[in-house]
Amino acid sequence: MPKDQPTIDLSPKVSDEVRKTTCYMCACRCGINVHMKDGEVAYIEGNKDHPVNKGVLCAKGSAGIMQVNAPSRLRAPLKRVGPRGSGEFEEISWDEALEIATDWLAPIRKDDPSKLAFFTGRDQSQSFTSFFAQNFGTPNYAAHGGFCSVNMAAAGIYTMGGAFWEFGQPDWDHTKLFVLFGVAEDHDSNPIKMGIGKIKARGARVVGVNPIRTGYNAVADDWFGITPGTDGLLILSIVHCLMKAGRIDLDYLARFTNAPCFVNGDEKSPEFGLLLRDDAGKELVMDRAAGKLTPFDQKGVKPDLSATYRHAGVTHRTVMHHMAERYLQDEYTPEAVADRVGIPAPRIRALAAEIARTAFEEAFELDQEWTDFRGETHKTMTGRPVSFHSMRGISAHANGFQTCRALHVLQIILGTVEVPGGFRFKPPYPKPATAHPKPHCGVTPAAPLDGPHLGFVHGPDDLALKEDGTPARIDKAFTWENPMSAHGLMHMVISNAHAGDPYKIDTLFMYMANMSWNSSMNTRGVIDMLTDQDEEGEYVIPRIIYSDAYSSEMVAYADLILPDTTYLERHDCISLLDRPICEADAAADAIRWPVIEPDRDVRGFQSVLCDLGARLGLPGFTNEDGSQKYADYGDYIVNHQRKPGIGPLAGWRMSDKGLTNGRGDVNEGQLDSYINNGGFWVGHIPDEALYYKPWNSAYQDWAVELGLFDSPQPYLFSLYVEPMRRFQLAAEGHGDRQPPEHLRARILETMDPLPIWYDPAPDNRAEAYPITALTQRPMAMYHSWGSQNAWLRQLHGHNPLYVPTNLMRLHGLTDGDWARVISPHGEITVPVLEMAALNPNTVWTWNAIGKRKGAWALDEDAPEATRGFLLNHLIHELLPPKGDGLRWSNSDPITGQAAWFDLKVRIEKADAPAESQPSLAPIKSPVGKGPSKLSWKVGK
Amino acid sequence: MTTLPQTTERKLGLVIDLDTCVGCHACVISCKGWNTENYGAPLSDTDAYGGDPSGTFLNRVHSYEVQPEAGAAQLIHFPKSCLHCEDAPCVTVCPTGASYKRVEDGIVLVNETDCIGCGLCAWACPYGAREMDAVEKVMKKCTLCVDRIYNENLPEEDREPACVRTCPAGARHFGDFADPDSNVSKLTAERGGMELMPEQGTKPVNRYLPPRPKDTIETDQIDILAPYLAPVAEEATGFLGWLDKTLEKL
Repeated sequence: MPKDQPTIDLSPKVSDEVRKTTCYMCACRCGINVHMKDGEVAYIEGNKDHPVNKGVLCAKGSAGIMQVNAPSRLRAPLKRVGPRGSGEFEEISWDEALEIATDWLAPIRKDDPSKLAFFTGRDQSQSFTSFFAQNFGTPNYAAHGGFCSVNMAAAGIYTMGGAFWEFGQPDWDHTKLFVLFGVAEDHDSNPIKMGIGKIKARGARVVGVNPIRTGYNAVADDWFGITPGTDGLLILSIVHCLMKAGRIDLDYLARFTNAPCFVNGDEKSPEFGLLLRDDAGKELVMDRAAGKLTPFDQKGVKPDLSATYRHAGVTHRTVMHHMAERYLQDEYTPEAVADRVGIPAPRIRALAAEIARTAFEEAFELDQEWTDFRGETHKTMTGRPVSFHSMRGISAHANGFQTCRALHVLQIILGTVEVPGGFRFKPPYPKPATAHPKPHCGVTPAAPLDGPHLGFVHGPDDLALKEDGTPARIDKAFTWENPMSAHGLMHMVISNAHAGDPYKIDTLFMYMANMSWNSSMNTRGVIDMLTDQDEEGEYVIPRIIYSDAYSSEMVAYADLILPDTTYLERHDCISLLDRPICEADAAADAIRWPVIEPDRDVRGFQSVLCDLGARLGLPGFTNEDGSQKYADYGDYIVNHQRKPGIGPLAGWRMSDKGLTNGRGDVNEGQLDSYINNGGFWVGHIPDEALYYKPWNSAYQDWAVELGLFDSPQPYLFSLYVEPMRRFQLAAEGHGDRQPPEHLRARILETMDPLPIWYDPAPDNRAEAYPITALTQRPMAMYHSWGSQNAWLRQLHGHNPLYVPTNLMRLHGLTDGDWARVISPHGEITVPVLEMAALNPNTVWTWNAIGKRKGAWALDEDAPEATRGFLLNHLIHELLPPKGDGLRWSNSDPITGQAAWFDLKVRIEKADAPAESQPSLAPIKSPVGKGPSKLSWKVGK
Repeated sequence: MTTLPQTTERKLGLVIDLDTCVGCHACVISCKGWNTENYGAPLSDTDAYGGDPSGTFLNRVHSYEVQPEAGAAQLIHFPKSCLHCEDAPCVTVCPTGASYKRVEDGIVLVNETDCIGCGLCAWACPYGAREMDAVEKVMKKCTLCVDRIYNENLPEEDREPACVRTCPAGARHFGDFADPDSNVSKLTAERGGMELMPEQGTKPVNRYLPPRPKDTIETDQIDILAPYLAPVAEEATGFLGWLDKTLEKL
């Protein structure tokens, strides 16, 4: 060492203690090591043992320390003292806050529980919050799925018993071609990045189909800059190419799907178009061996894909036959679709050919014996190394459900679902629609609802309608307007409650959803609805309770604020009963626990519900003597049992022989066991059960033993979704429950039991507004949360409108100019930036960077407020008038999913305004402002 | 004027894979977190919640659009931190000896007690890899997490820079370029790892793996791929006939 090289301490003490819990900087739910010094959070890193992130952590996760110290944290319960929207509050005690809430809610429950609308946003405790709502007795409960990705989830469940992300993942260890359709980059965050890195390291091909070439699409080997909203057409064209070339897995289709099932061909029958079944309700197939009709699940049956069955003068044809008739038509050739999807025909063929080549020429066998539900033992598992992933990009269109269906059908005809190299389910999935609850809406004063709110309908009988045929739910979920709205329609609650349509409510109770800002379409309109008063001067939505940890834009519009904790100050469970974090190889669940105590007068929202539920005397929240059943959420997590032996956490339960997993009695030491294990539990799936899960006897038996099902439930994938046909039959006049006249044609058109594509552009007046405007979520920010974070806001402090080169030239724009962006609904004026790697008819910006002045403890000159903006001002919850005297919802007609990405605009150059327009008046901050300098070091 | 060692025993540095970096900024914030709490003064932020927030970062990710002669434009994410150059001009320019290159492993560091905050080193660095901390008025730069990589208080598997440990896509690799058998030497050899701006003559240690060729699915493979879509039938009836024949053979 040279004489002037200083000696430095190469082994400084890293921390006093590491506390392992679960991240909540986005929805990904990674394991984190929280390093503590002197009782304070010093550093956060990924947990290497954790099944989700295996040690890595994204920018959000590492910035958690700045969320926990953010000046935007609410400090105490608040009671509104000024007009709604003024931000005038006074701090009150928890006793007073809970008394107010009880005084509002108890009379509602006694008289008519449906006067409460309880919607919980980006809630990760839905099995608990729904339990509260069900106990209260209101039918009006959902979380944010309706404005997020319900199309993907519902299409997946109805088609094959699960979708992407929480439902399943690519087989990263074996896949050789990974095709990624539009995706919000936190769905899911680290595992997709890890997977892409892993497969690229071994030379597998990554294909990105997305109008915008950023993020995952930037590293994709091939980019298809598709026209937004046409993904379904591209996918069906690929289906056409594959079927025409015979590049489909016939053995798989025959054994594991309803391709060989017969569609009733009797046009005069009320069952026309439904599947032929035996008396026990089992789908019938033609057995090639015996040459006769047989239930699909019999031992030794060899289902015939190409059979016809003639009976009583009527010919019934298989689903495969119907698919051939439809998808072999010339309307699906690459040449026929190329202009609309914005991709040349040879390029579409190249993608189809690469998919075909990889699936069939690179097929391989895993030397692993397994036995199927028919009792047949297979010596090996056949790999088809093509996998897909997609989330909100293709979901958030009015054709999203059918597009997601098309993608699932594509995977299935390739035989690549639940096989090595393909897409793999994660427990508790696969789980078909028939194994899920149906929606319940039976209201009884002073009593719980008659069952779970959300579920899967199988026909008109399952709709949530009152006896007079009007919607039972405030969001009109499960009605003829959107029959399969499996996640509810949170985005319609405020406008419906304001309109008193289908009925008026008394109290709107929301959690973690920024509805007066980025989580609503038509932001300005929603603000007006929240503040609108009737002739007597009473608010049209009489009472609003809101819970949030931070000073979001929504806080100002509530009457009572219940301040939540940050994620390091609370108990949570990431439960198999809820939105799980399992892996394809294992079941897993996890907890959060208070690694620090709040330094403010705040309480975890779920613990507050334990208290409020007891004050209201809800049966699930009180003991027989009327006392509070669960002291707090941690107590609930350990002691609640959904049914005997099944609780929120599957790990370290109790049996006669000691500790057990899955089914088991309550274990008072359960949370300690989780903490000692790093905050999570993993239960591995046996080797013979790792693939073919829906049909694999070993998997089904394992799932029953763990408590995921009560009995084995093998099933066929639904290329043809029969419940959709039941709605069409109703629209054709069959059955007692009939749709309103104005919806018949649309139901017939859109509820096709085989995937179709239709163009949402004309309804959005694309002839006058020819450009699609999109948002993307940056990898380093989660919805509106990032801007309060001193580190993350330096990465994305404002959001230009990215405009493709051709449109920049056409409109005479250069970087730094401003443009007016005009939709049929509204107008904004925003800064623009050129981007070449972009579909030529698409503009886009980062989602939820724009902030309202006064919110999030930011200064009023924060760039988020002066140069940031929302596209939400351009999007209405209703479509532009069509001239038929009706107003149609801006959502998918099947599920009600908000069609954010159908937004059509035109742009023109504008004189630079002082700030992005519209610029709403500042709201008064209930928390003040943050410090100007930060030098955050907790260690000495 | 401060002198550089003639040679260093090891040449520790990073390989950054531009083919895989998705631009997520995980490395940026992980670095900020570790180095705020650890080596030297915390990395401060000024106007943290205001109109012009500005903080010290030792690693930043830049994004560049590239327009190839043919084909679609591309977006490259480019993380940049100190490259721990063998001929580091930031060291030789330092008037106090605060800026130095370690003889054991080649890591370039700033001894903050001797740093007078003159900023000459930042001016001398052709890569813009040094940042003056606005609160402490000392020069901050990537330390390759010198307080992690040898730290006996960390499990052995964690003795790597925070940015490498956290990178979700596995685009960052740490090792000894003086050892031809190290992971970083092998990756550099296999993938054509590049120096950044070699013409500057600073002999940077870090290497960048270039993006693989993109958008080749059609042009490279059309002749190979065409047979995979050869039709078995033109319409439904023919398809069902093919189906029947094929099923017989299964």
